[in-house]
Amino acid sequence: MTKADIRSPLPGVFYRRPSPDSAPFKSDGDPVVTDDVIGIIEVMKSFHEVRAEVAGTAIRFVIDDADAVMAGQTIAEVQQ
Amino acid sequence: MNIRSVLVANRGEIAVRIIRAAKALGLRTVQIHSQADADSLAVRLADEAIDIGPPAAKKSYLNIEAVLAAATSAKVDAVHPGYGFLSENAAFAEAVTAAGMTFVGPDAAAIRLLGDKVAARQAAARAGVPTVPGSEGRVSDIAEATAIAARIGFPVMIKAAAGGGGRGIRIIESVAEFERQFPQASAEAAAAFGDGSLYIEKVIAEARHIEVQILGDGESFIHCFERECSLQRRRQKVWEEAPAIRLPEDVRARLCASAVALVRSVCYRGAGTVEYLYDEASGDFYFIEVNTRIQVEHPVTEMITGLDLVQEMLRIAGGEPLSIRQHDVRVNGHAIECRINAEDPLKNFMPWPGRIDALTVPEGEGIRFDTMLYAGYTVPPFYDSLLGKLIVHDIDRRACLMKLRRALDELLVTGIPTTLPLHAALAVDPDVAYGRVDTRFLERWLENRFTAPAGAKEVA
Repeated sequence: MTKADIRSPLPGVFYRRPSPDSAPFKSDGDPVVTDDVIGIIEVMKSFHEVRAEVAGTAIRFVIDDADAVMAGQTIAEVQQ
Repeated sequence: MNIRSVLVANRGEIAVRIIRAAKALGLRTVQIHSQADADSLAVRLADEAIDIGPPAAKKSYLNIEAVLAAATSAKVDAVHPGYGFLSENAAFAEAVTAAGMTFVGPDAAAIRLLGDKVAARQAAARAGVPTVPGSEGRVSDIAEATAIAARIGFPVMIKAAAGGGGRGIRIIESVAEFERQFPQASAEAAAAFGDGSLYIEKVIAEARHIEVQILGDGESFIHCFERECSLQRRRQKVWEEAPAIRLPEDVRARLCASAVALVRSVCYRGAGTVEYLYDEASGDFYFIEVNTRIQVEHPVTEMITGLDLVQEMLRIAGGEPLSIRQHDVRVNGHAIECRINAEDPLKNFMPWPGRIDALTVPEGEGIRFDTMLYAGYTVPPFYDSLLGKLIVHDIDRRACLMKLRRALDELLVTGIPTTLPLHAALAVDPDVAYGRVDTRFLERWLENRFTAPAGAKEVA
């Protein structure tokens, strides 16, 4: 079994839910297909979707909801 | 002048601008800042700085109680709100006044009246200012909206009555689209502005955006001529000029007079802007809205008139009558402003905060750079992406464009991508040079013509 990282495309604040009242896009253990939205980055008053560039059987987030992220920082790992 | 100190209730380049204007008048300056802005240039330049809370604007710059507490503890006489944040918040203006201080801007009643798009439109009509064909007031349901659209013709815009800055606008092409978009627009307006009411305006095709700068002291009212702001992306201005391009003298006279008539009708105090759409083919202009604050693009007016609008605001707030009369305001040459944002124009304008490694600012007569930047500063991710404004002035538009190309070439910001390559490409574009622009020009141009200009420097 191999593991792939999903990295942040830009710096900002990472959110796991489309809005504070919604369910998260993905929970730990969920399967992922390429292009799935796994979260949103807020940067300079604009919002950008983070999409999985890999597919896998289970996702595991390595940062918390509403954490600040740098570009290139790992957001989640995917078991393949 | 009966104020001796001022609290700057804003951040970024406008905070720096206000501090400089206040110091030129001999005022003590107090800068509020969030925890993300402790290293900001405004904090460095102000006489005193006060931490008012966490990075999120809602908990700091938009927190009326925190801002008022800072103003009270610093014992300032006045509060300057800049643009954005609380600048057009009537409740904030009221709270400042109730706490015994002076709000640098019009009174709460004027902010409330002119900030409500429907009330402002009615006030404009009463003052004899032409308005865009549309609903007389708020539109309550789809049936009413459809009836109005049938009368004025598609496409129409749905606008939030409480909206502003281009936000909350939808273009509707057909009755079927009304069914889908009207409820959504209302829900969005309610979420964004706390008021779900909507109104309808006809879309004026190939319009230019022209706006008039005004000043009032409550008794005398003058205009400082107009600005052309037709280059916009997603309804956000990108490049502004003064005076407007190819505007016939009789149209200019009527446009400026109508702006003065409107602000006179509400006994306006302070600096403000009356915005219009101008249809060059017919020579008609239509009122859009009033901004009851200083605007980002105010420097182009300062460059052609020699006035300092922020100092004028402070003097008016300090109880002084206008220091100038209408015949003292004259147009000298031409000025252009480019907004430099922390966005990558080659990657769909992705915002990109980060550290400024180096900064080289162009110099020379008629060149001005209003900015928050210094080498080593880290641009935080929490606020808007405006880094600064490059403004050039020369004897006419042609000379101004030449100077702009030179100044853009000299301005160097390294460490993060900026919109400088966009401006470098616009500054050599023949349509821009001939002034063949309207409010949709830039979106079309970005789609069809924009690529990295030759020699564009890699900065990221």
